[in-house]
Amino acid sequence: MMAAAEKVKVATMWLSGCSGCHMSFLDMDELLIDLAAKIQVVYSPIADVKVFPEKVDVTLIEGAVANDEQLELLKQARERTKVLISLGDCAVTGNVPALRNAWGNSARLALERAYIENADVNKQIPTDVPELLEKVRPLHEVVKVDYYIPGCPPSAGVITYVLTELLAGRVPNMEGKCKYG
Amino acid sequence: MSNSTVTLKIDGVEITVPEGTMILKAATDNGIRIPTLCALEGLSNSGGCRLCLVEIAGSPKLFAACITPVSSGMVVTTNSERLKEYRKMTVQLLLSERTHVCSVCVANDHCELQSLANELGVDHVMFERKWTDYKIDSTHDFLVIDRNRCILCTRCIRVCDEIEGAHTLDLKMRGKDTQVIMDLDNNWGVSCSCTSCRKCAKVCPVGAIYVEEEPLARTKHKEIAEFLLARRRR
Amino acid sequence: MEGTRLKLGDLQKIAEHEVDFERAFKHRINVCCSSGCVPFGAFDVLKAFQEAVKEFGVEKECKVARTGCVGTCAVGPAVVIEPGDYLYQNVTPDKVRQIVRDHIVLGLPVKDMLYQNEAFFKKQHRLVLRNAGKIDPTRIQDYIAAGGYAAIVKCLATMTPQGVIYEVLGSGLRGRGGAGFPTGQKWSLVARSHSSPKYIVANLDEGDPGVFANRTLAEADPHAILEGMLIAAYAVGAEKGYIYIRAEYPLAIETLQKAIAQARAMSLLGENVLETSFKFDVELRFGAGAFVAGEETAILASVEGRRAMPRPRPPYPANSGLWGKPTLIQNVETLANIPLIVLNGGAWFSKIGTGKCTGTKCFSLTGKVNNPGIIEVPMGITLHEVVFDVGGGVADNRKFKAVLVGGPSGGCLPETLLELPIDYDSLTRVGAIMGSGGIVVIDDKSCMVDTAKFFTDFCIDESCGKCTPCRAGLAKIKEIFEGITRGEGNLEDLATLEKASIYIRDASLCGLGQTAPNPVITTLRYFKDEYVRHIVDKVCPADRCFKNVKEVNKQ
Ligand SMILES: Cc1cc2nc3c(=O)[nH]c(=O)nc-3n(C[C@H](O)[C@H](O)[C@H](O)COP(=O)(O)O)c2cc1C
Ligand code: SF4
Ligand code: FES
Repeated sequence: MMAAAEKVKVATMWLSGCSGCHMSFLDMDELLIDLAAKIQVVYSPIADVKVFPEKVDVTLIEGAVANDEQLELLKQARERTKVLISLGDCAVTGNVPALRNAWGNSARLALERAYIENADVNKQIPTDVPELLEKVRPLHEVVKVDYYIPGCPPSAGVITYVLTELLAGRVPNMEGKCKYG
Repeated sequence: MSNSTVTLKIDGVEITVPEGTMILKAATDNGIRIPTLCALEGLSNSGGCRLCLVEIAGSPKLFAACITPVSSGMVVTTNSERLKEYRKMTVQLLLSERTHVCSVCVANDHCELQSLANELGVDHVMFERKWTDYKIDSTHDFLVIDRNRCILCTRCIRVCDEIEGAHTLDLKMRGKDTQVIMDLDNNWGVSCSCTSCRKCAKVCPVGAIYVEEEPLARTKHKEIAEFLLARRRR
Repeated sequence: MEGTRLKLGDLQKIAEHEVDFERAFKHRINVCCSSGCVPFGAFDVLKAFQEAVKEFGVEKECKVARTGCVGTCAVGPAVVIEPGDYLYQNVTPDKVRQIVRDHIVLGLPVKDMLYQNEAFFKKQHRLVLRNAGKIDPTRIQDYIAAGGYAAIVKCLATMTPQGVIYEVLGSGLRGRGGAGFPTGQKWSLVARSHSSPKYIVANLDEGDPGVFANRTLAEADPHAILEGMLIAAYAVGAEKGYIYIRAEYPLAIETLQKAIAQARAMSLLGENVLETSFKFDVELRFGAGAFVAGEETAILASVEGRRAMPRPRPPYPANSGLWGKPTLIQNVETLANIPLIVLNGGAWFSKIGTGKCTGTKCFSLTGKVNNPGIIEVPMGITLHEVVFDVGGGVADNRKFKAVLVGGPSGGCLPETLLELPIDYDSLTRVGAIMGSGGIVVIDDKSCMVDTAKFFTDFCIDESCGKCTPCRAGLAKIKEIFEGITRGEGNLEDLATLEKASIYIRDASLCGLGQTAPNPVITTLRYFKDEYVRHIVDKVCPADRCFKNVKEVNKQ
């Protein structure tokens, strides 16, 4: 899928997660240098690009989908990406952000818990932030996902493995590389 | 049990074991791994989790290796593509039927379901996950049950009944609503039959039953039944 | 007679006595007092007849009898007047005087009260239900007069246990509880088992919704079940039998209890049956209304007093059943065939039905059909004959769409399969099952997606929760259905549905999970276009789905 001369365009994105997966990504350390020869990061929370570009080859997404803005971002990323990868447990399972799903009317209750019950001053629910979805969802419940890297966070080694396999045009074998939590 | 032996083939390997041996034990003793969850040496077999399903030549059906005895000339396959797919499906269903969040679970890194998902390469769950809201019962002095994490393997029930002899634990309801209960569905703290022996926590493969403030690495001792039986035999 | 201990030769005398007694009557008025007719006032009708014959002074020539069911349960209370088998439908106490006056006194049957659908009976062949609607189930003498208990006498007097098994093997009889295992083979297995005591369990759990053929049998002819058990016990060497019956069948329970007491009193049950050395006794055990409790290993657990959960086989109950002892589990309909096989020979039986599938089968014919009820037809009859001849076609002049064969875990078969002969193997081939004999006719007003969802829901509620595929898998199937019928489905869901269904079928522990996906698998196979229309066009051809969405839109 990727011509050798051209660098593979990679994007990373961060929805409802803790940024741990991105930290793990950066933990690839010197491997990143090898990788840099092959890829070009075109969009990422760690790069200063405002709009998700067109024609991205690979997008790694951390975090679950919890509000309407994230939903739009995810859909846009899906449209503009060839290979979309769920990175980390939040993206793969919903994980901690999705714990509120166990309550009915969870969007409202989550806001009340955060901004009223647990607030010391200025008890009010903000109105100028994206609207919470009724249920927090892993990415593949919303868009088509091509590969999954579970882990909380996934180890740098597994991220490296998956990317290396994909760049070599192989399908990663995830047996023994799916440690949730 | 009689002294006669039976010869069969598992994954192409010829194996001779005593008559009456279960396929699972015949395989394990000969270095062939079959994934399991509900089976535990020393306890009666349940055959419920369906992870250990194997194929036997000549039958279109699948058999639970933990509870199917060997017979002479049997040709067993433990790892066909279909079986691999079915095992992944089983793990996916277990992961998605209740609230399983490894990152905040007491059993993280000591969980048999988690390590099976890893081993089998279950990199995601194709079904929508269910987020259950069963109340946690922490009324006992130190034993806690979180039914949101229970996979209904019934190891706790069997160890309590067959090894401890208390039969404090049993099931109520049925189908997806099935729950492990104490006595006649009392809080654990007021159970009059529980001996507080902790065997249930020791054999629980996930983080559903645990000992408060004790690291699971220490609680876990799933060979407890076998161990005790061996001591009692002496 | 009742209460005297019978010897082998005595039955004949009772039978003759009864027949003579019957001959004294010119008419016999049979009032069905089965569970189908009782709620509509059958006992009042019975009383009204008893009073009316006195009022018209014909009580000497009319025998008014309470009987079991003739099968036309939708038009109850049903009353049959012999001779001539005039079947009166929807009889109420206020119609009784007219019937007695016109029919009995004047000899003019009341035409417009008669059941008109002659075809309902034409293609039926009543072996199991031979006495249903004809004898008084609460009188053992009635059964004996109809030839009852002659088979056990024949066994005890002239046949060896092996000889009995030989006849059953030769009859080709297969289990009527659903799986169709050859009955003679099962008997041989239990007979060959050396450990003792041995047990017999008669399965009358009948947990399928809308299925009530076994209940009908028990309410109409309880002694046929007892005699079948006696013969089975003699053949395999069992001393104790249990009838496992669901507690929701109070009338059947009462009828069976009476029958057991009568049989005991006449030494047909107990120590020294008919003054021979053979001993056998029967007890009832009640199930608390769980479908899965009818599964044979779950029954064992329940009879032993534990939670009715299945366990894997082997060991089979034939080797290790109740309390680890050899146990013969047999459906009551299977058992009711046995006396006939003993009396007439296996060869006679094997000529009924088809070569590989002999005898008859009782079905509960329900749904959108003109003549619903309990029917008994020869094996090999086509679905078309059942639905359109016996059943009289689709009700309300609607169009036929599908027929669900085998109860809640049966298969939905389309019009193109109507010529299929009903036998175990043909049904299995097209994705249906014999099950306990539920046939539901579905018309063009029904949605197949909704139908599949409905039956899946039933199995979800009934899953015992022991094994992962059935417990967790069916719940996921339901969620996918909910998505589709809410308008949120996508075409990939169909692949997931199919994959999960086949997995549940293959990987489940017991028959419930193994068959529960049948409605989904068959509707996906035969009615896929309806799923696609739901998903792509968000249209339900029968306008049953998307209801919530519409209501929400309206607001
Ligand atoms: C979920 C389930 C429910 C069943 N329910 C009944 C039942 O209600 N009555 C019955 O006779 N057999 C039922 N069976 C079949 C029994 O397991 C068993 O095969 C049968 O009673 C054997 O008798 P037969 O050989 O005379 O058919 C059921 C099986 C399953 C899997
Ligand atoms: S298939 Fe269903 S009913 Fe049967 S054992 Fe499994 S969970 Fe129970
Ligand atoms: S380990 Fe065999 S079924 Fe669970």
